[in-house]
Amino acid sequence: MSQVQASNSGAELNLRDDFPALLQEIHGHELVYLDSAASAQQPKSVIDTVARYQQHDHANVHRGVHTLSHRATEAYEGARDKLQGFINARSRSEIVLTSGTTESINLVAQSFCRPRLKPGDKVLITHLEHHSNIVPWQFVCEQTGAEMLVAPIDSRGQLELDALEQLLTDDVKMLAIGHVSNALGTINPLRKIISLARERDIPVLVDGAQAVPHMAVDVQELGCDFYAFSGHKMLGPTGTGVLFGKEALLDDMPPWQGGGDMILEVRFDGTVFNELPYKFEAGTPNIAGVIGLGAAVDYLEGISMDRIAAHEATLLDYLMQQLSAVDDLRLIGTAEHKASVQSFMLGDIHPHDLGTILDHQGIAIRTGHHCAMPVMDFFKLPGTARASLALYNSRDDVDRLCAAIRKAAAVFA
Amino acid sequence: MNTVASMNTDELRELYRELIVDHARTPRHFGALDTATHTAEGINPLCGDKLHLYLQIDTNGVINDAAFEGTGCAISLASASLMTDTIIGLHSKAAMAWFDQVTASLAGEQESIAHDKLNALQGVREFPSRVKCATLAWHALRCAINNDTTATKTE
Repeated sequence: MSQVQASNSGAELNLRDDFPALLQEIHGHELVYLDSAASAQQPKSVIDTVARYQQHDHANVHRGVHTLSHRATEAYEGARDKLQGFINARSRSEIVLTSGTTESINLVAQSFCRPRLKPGDKVLITHLEHHSNIVPWQFVCEQTGAEMLVAPIDSRGQLELDALEQLLTDDVKMLAIGHVSNALGTINPLRKIISLARERDIPVLVDGAQAVPHMAVDVQELGCDFYAFSGHKMLGPTGTGVLFGKEALLDDMPPWQGGGDMILEVRFDGTVFNELPYKFEAGTPNIAGVIGLGAAVDYLEGISMDRIAAHEATLLDYLMQQLSAVDDLRLIGTAEHKASVQSFMLGDIHPHDLGTILDHQGIAIRTGHHCAMPVMDFFKLPGTARASLALYNSRDDVDRLCAAIRKAAAVFA
Repeated sequence: MNTVASMNTDELRELYRELIVDHARTPRHFGALDTATHTAEGINPLCGDKLHLYLQIDTNGVINDAAFEGTGCAISLASASLMTDTIIGLHSKAAMAWFDQVTASLAGEQESIAHDKLNALQGVREFPSRVKCATLAWHALRCAINNDTTATKTE
């Protein structure tokens, strides 16, 4: 299934054939998909796993005594175990299944922070954050009278660590920070930042949505308190995600939503909540999606995250080099440590016009503000064009992109 | 594969006609209008296009002057530029007749726009994801004429 091809620059992956959606033509051209940071395509193994479950094994989980319910429960809980291993959590109780990163962060904001925050307290985020790691904190600050602080970035799109350290005062009750910037690709130096926070007993939530598809993540090694990520960016179905939380913290937190499955006993005069992680999983979950996500973990681990990271690092270097060679093209986000993403502007052509012209050559990129408007404001841009890479991309994709960009320039010449 | 000829250039040329590129590059009536009697805001929050439209309408209902400012893609800027160029000197009812023609044409409900310049916009209909860019200024026009001060959007 998966192949590795030898090349001058080391082992490059050649996985395109595993992804049915990539094997099509758009406007008469073979599709080049460079929008995986928005949502990644799914390998056939994920698609088949979901279809097989729907056709043969579907029932509700944790309930019936019948065979299908047993099969569904086994597969669903099996996926949780895979996810635990994928990020090296200490226990399966620390893996809360959610609808995605957004729900995971809202859960922490409302269930962990809201009862703890009081007026005068601070929540620290960074200028690089995606809206889903900004707005939940604005909500909880408004609800509690706490204040949201923002750690600054430099012109390459890197965090200013000294400034961040100065902002980590005793009043800060949560540091919420992305692992990899979705708009710029910056990899934040999390180990250093988390150790600074831990010295001051400040809990840390990491938005890992853009990291888990591209590099091995070990939450114990990172030492973060919470780690949030989405299934659909790591080759799984949409509507799936994970909140990792340290068991002692999760234990201490009240449930996030009420409903079935999150209870042990319900009486009209009171309810006994279920144990972890079920306390945070009210209602019938996205069973098929989570089972598909388990298959995505199998696929990624079958290749190995280290090999994926190496392949993408080589490809990102090539992408940056080739884009830099295009006349009048400006790279946005040039951090020293980057993953998978390159934003850019072509002359004075608006990103949406560029996106339309590239689409007509079969090339899918993202254009706009990437749900990171503060980052766009920082660079004084209404938006950018963004090419984002995944394990299935190749040098040929980069070449096609650059040729298409040159043609776009000709349209506006 | 990667030759200019193999890219669907006809459709693209329809979209980015010279007139569109010209109006996007050098938009007419761009800026604020101190004498405005009617204004409206058009914002497409997902794509980030923003425009502010100013009209000076006299007591007879004639649009004596029009201007706009804002940021957006070539299609939205060109549409706003062509629109202001067209409606200056028209009665607001006549301007709204062009609104009807442009929006009907972009919705695929009528073939062409019976105006040599505005007709340049009809190439947009082959690009469904871009129709909202072309119609933003026009919906702002409708709001301004109707004294509707809520920001309009087309996405």
